[in-house]
Amino acid sequence: MRKQRRGRANRERASAVWTVVAWIIGLIFFFPVLYIVLTGFKSESTAITLPPKLIFTPTFEQYREVISRGFTPFFRNSLIASLVSTLIVLILAVPAAYALALRPMRKWKDLLFFFISTKFLPPAGIIIPLYVIFRDLRLLNTLQGLILVYIAMNLPIAIWMLRSFFDEVPRDVLDAARVDGAGMFREMTQILLPMIGPGLVATAFLSIIFAWNEFFFAVNLVATNQAATVPLFMQKFITSEGLFWAKLCAASTMAIAPVVLLGWAAQRQLVRGLSMGAVK
Amino acid sequence: MRIAVPGAAREKTLAAAPAGDPRRYYPVGRWLVAPAFIYAIIVTQIPFLVTLYYSTFRWNLMRPDRKAYIGLENYKNLITSLWDASDPYAFRAAIVNSLIFTIGTVLFSLILGLIFAELVNYEFPGRNIVRTMLITPFLVMPVAGALGWKNLMMDPDFGVIDWLLRATGTGLSPVWLAHFPRQSIVIMLVWRWAPFMMLILLAGMQSIDEEVREAARVDGATRFQEFIGITLPHLNRYMQLGALLGSVYIVQETDAIFMTTQGGPGTLTTNLPYHVYEVAVRGSNIGLGAAIGVVTVILTFIAMTVLLRMLNTLLRGQYA
Repeated sequence: MRKQRRGRANRERASAVWTVVAWIIGLIFFFPVLYIVLTGFKSESTAITLPPKLIFTPTFEQYREVISRGFTPFFRNSLIASLVSTLIVLILAVPAAYALALRPMRKWKDLLFFFISTKFLPPAGIIIPLYVIFRDLRLLNTLQGLILVYIAMNLPIAIWMLRSFFDEVPRDVLDAARVDGAGMFREMTQILLPMIGPGLVATAFLSIIFAWNEFFFAVNLVATNQAATVPLFMQKFITSEGLFWAKLCAASTMAIAPVVLLGWAAQRQLVRGLSMGAVK
Repeated sequence: MRIAVPGAAREKTLAAAPAGDPRRYYPVGRWLVAPAFIYAIIVTQIPFLVTLYYSTFRWNLMRPDRKAYIGLENYKNLITSLWDASDPYAFRAAIVNSLIFTIGTVLFSLILGLIFAELVNYEFPGRNIVRTMLITPFLVMPVAGALGWKNLMMDPDFGVIDWLLRATGTGLSPVWLAHFPRQSIVIMLVWRWAPFMMLILLAGMQSIDEEVREAARVDGATRFQEFIGITLPHLNRYMQLGALLGSVYIVQETDAIFMTTQGGPGTLTTNLPYHVYEVAVRGSNIGLGAAIGVVTVILTFIAMTVLLRMLNTLLRGQYA
């Protein structure tokens, strides 16, 4: 039904004027990203040349420089933190979302709203005890600590998003999986999970994106390089002396590339995750 | 609410539960939700309770010997400071800035998002590319995006914006982050959040019944008339949703402030979450920082309550 409508809407063509307007606005909005990426391939002196050079001989010198300054461990830490936290998020969220789609109890809606409310608890409201507790548990400056926080950060989004995908599974299939014990597990892994496969992938992408980009917890809970993630590598550039824009931009490009690509791949599902499944 | 359950599975689960028993709601489900539920309680709710507890102490990490229970005094000090002209805790500034950033960003993002959504809701050559370009700012790591804006775009000497202003002969060359710190932050935030609004509004537009649009066109409506008469009224709920979701996220913003202005000049760009960081982490004042954190949560909670009521309406609409 929805597809049909969209199909008809697609046949509505915009006029040439609107096409040009749309392209100009798109390019203006995209320009800062484009300019960051381009500048990463410039020499430091070309980087601050005005008018901005859009055509130049690219160099990989800045990338080499950034990597030799120890970018790789930060990248690896980010990778571990976002992938491991996402994996655990899915392990916790899939059964919860499935159960919530089946309505496990009279107050299932309250439960659903409990999860969303944890997402809206500002990090500033919990960061101080987290810091103190982590210090006592020796979790400060560890990836394990960050992962624990990122799981909590992404869990509500994952539950809401997955539940909205489970809701689209035909009721009969959902109910067929309601047999207890081993049968249920088999139903879930062999029948249900493949059906919500695209949703599962989109949920994982979103969770990775948010964990990858996260800065506030990282800057408060990680002070040493040992567990520092990419945003913390970027932060060091604000204290560095002089103009190193090309290097900064090379680092930025490596920092943003993985999740920008993931986001492009998941753009159809992005809105569902961001609106907690309320908008499809 | 009773759920109609067809098939044999129903007999099996319901057999154990007498009619009217709450377990008719699929008892195994509770155990499936339990791990996630317990996890969320431990990592989010308990620390918040501890924040509440800390906020009743005078407690500076630099002077642990002076740690003492002082009840609600932190709150009393914060609230009375609102009427103090010198704003000794920068608390009023933080509230004002939080409001400015949140309302300003949501408002401009909604307007831009609406324009973007309307632009890409129609088929034109390269439509997917334009849409992809428009959502990209939302995906860019906020820390990296803010550094790009601070240097490449807003630098007074080498930034593109000031270069454009000079090149077009306006004679203007502001030092953005010093002369217009709040506006600069809002610009960066709008750049990031307009795509979010676009996505939500686009979903709204695509749920409009195409026959209504066609009927309007048959009657000779222009694209503008169609937008005002059909699209906008239909989008009302989606705009509310975008505004409320956006404000809940934006009120928590710290990344751009961290990377560009560090809350300054003075306290002009210090919002509540950044203030918590400044007071508690940089200033080691755990007690006062915790109290500011609690206030931040309360203010967010007010926005959240409205939001939840709305999501509930959306849900009810969906499953009616």
